[in-house]
Amino acid sequence: MLRFAVHRGLQALIVLAAMSFVVYALIGLMPGDPIDILLSGNPEMTSADAERLRALYGLDQPLVVRYLAWAGNALAGDFGFSRVHAVPVEQILLPRLVNTLLLIGAAVVLALAIAVPLGVLAAARAGSRLDTAINLACFAGVSIPPFWLALLLIMLFAVALGWLPAGGTGALEATGLWDQARHLVLPVATLTLASVATYTRHVRAAMRQELAQDYMRTAAAKGTARPRALWRHAWPNATAPLITLVALDFGALFSGALVTETMFGYLGMGRLIYDSVLGNDFNLALIGLLLATVMTLLANLAADIAYAAADPRVTYRTGPG
Amino acid sequence: MTTGGPRRRHLGLPAAIAAAVLAGLAVAAAAAPLVAALLGHDPAGVDLLNRAAPPSPAHPLGTDELGRDLLVRLLYGGRVSLTVAVAAAAGAALIGTVIGLAAGYFAGRTDAALMRVTDAVIALPLLPLLIVLSAVDPAKVWGGLEGDPGGGLGRIILIVALVGWTTVARLVRAATLSVRQRDYVRAARALGTGHLAIMVRHILPNVASPVIVATTLAVGQVILLESVLSFLGVGIQPPAASWGNMLTNAQELIWTAPRLAVMPGALIFVTVIACNLLGDGLLNAYDPRLGGNARRPA
Repeated sequence: MLRFAVHRGLQALIVLAAMSFVVYALIGLMPGDPIDILLSGNPEMTSADAERLRALYGLDQPLVVRYLAWAGNALAGDFGFSRVHAVPVEQILLPRLVNTLLLIGAAVVLALAIAVPLGVLAAARAGSRLDTAINLACFAGVSIPPFWLALLLIMLFAVALGWLPAGGTGALEATGLWDQARHLVLPVATLTLASVATYTRHVRAAMRQELAQDYMRTAAAKGTARPRALWRHAWPNATAPLITLVALDFGALFSGALVTETMFGYLGMGRLIYDSVLGNDFNLALIGLLLATVMTLLANLAADIAYAAADPRVTYRTGPG
Repeated sequence: MTTGGPRRRHLGLPAAIAAAVLAGLAVAAAAAPLVAALLGHDPAGVDLLNRAAPPSPAHPLGTDELGRDLLVRLLYGGRVSLTVAVAAAAGAALIGTVIGLAAGYFAGRTDAALMRVTDAVIALPLLPLLIVLSAVDPAKVWGGLEGDPGGGLGRIILIVALVGWTTVARLVRAATLSVRQRDYVRAARALGTGHLAIMVRHILPNVASPVIVATTLAVGQVILLESVLSFLGVGIQPPAASWGNMLTNAQELIWTAPRLAVMPGALIFVTVIACNLLGDGLLNAYDPRLGGNARRPA
């Protein structure tokens, strides 16, 4: 078990190292470089000054040399300064990370609270009209563009009904906890609705697998009541694959959070990455993207290990299976 | 022919409706110049005195925030969105088929490595990465290749194809694994046929069904990705219209002209759900065991 966890952890580290290089190279391919931005802000600077600055900051070095220098600094805990915010990157990133985790956490809990009963019901009555209806609703759910869903929710609840604010975190104009909570409702609702269809499909698939097992027939033969058979016999076994599927969806969830945050002016990490890429805030974009990658890798790692821990049939041997 | 012998099944009602809807949308988009000529509007024809006008005989669906005819722009936007979708899905199908074939045919370590890469791509937070990819300066990659006439059409097709191949790869791999030990493949191998020839001539025709299914599903996936990127301002660039970028300014207009926010999004939604239903129907017809909830788009 420990060997398995360590092995998977090492693999994740290798993926992270590769990703950091790819992202570093991509950020370097964005238009302009920090010196160009200095140049455009200061007409006094000559091109000789620019060359001197490039040499000073090592921007004239080959990509690999620059990457290694950056990676060394980052490993030592120096992530650089944000160009736009003029503070160390982590100072601006951490509060945003908390906001995003709050948004994602609330959405996942709510989405599961809706998806589990729906998925179990659909699996228990597979082939029925109810199952067909839930299936169609799931098709709609995975096909709706998340930003359009957000627009529709804003139109309904902020414009037509006027119940909720259309955007913002409530951080600036906050008049207390209640107001902040009101600002959270629509973003959380958007992300919840965007995830619920996928989760319902996962629940249904996991439950269908368990319902086809022999022990379910035995339970029925012994006269176990259907609800008890569903929830006490099948459901606990269905949770292991479900946890894995939900954890593997973390990347998609983060993408959804980026859209949601942008739509509602919510001060989260996804929006920060978007703003920093468009605003040529190289250090911030780089660390933000890598942090998002780290979170995804951790979620995947947790899924692998949780699955192996929950299901004794999973072998910890590695390699092609 | 499919992997388990011929197994003809009906497509099912939802998939048939979806196919009809998609055909209708394609025809409408193809007829965009015709409609524009009939109505006498240019898709980029700004009319500042007639902004966000309600529907009228001259403008059947009204005008947008710059006074451009909404119907004509929706049709032209459909041309762009559908072109991107089909081209990128074809590109994704090509990449996915190559990877899936190689993984399934060679099996073992090659399979493990390729599928690990596929899993990694699926798990990544794709949207932030795509935003960075869209921001990449083509001049720094190809050395001064400037000016993309289609408002970023080529770039978005390339970017989306680069991440959209995973569903195809998985389905093709599964199908390839199930035929790689068939007698005709072994016979070809015994006759000394090379790996490449076996894959192309003997395996590929037998995994054509999953390729078609996965490509259909990929079209829906690609339309969603393109619309999000265009909406965020890093996809198709105005004045070229796409369903996604027509919604970019819609958020400021929901108080005055909610119509403008509803229609492009509704078209994206209808197109994507049609692709997903059609893909699901094709998958069911090809292999009933995989139908229903076996995979998910986006």
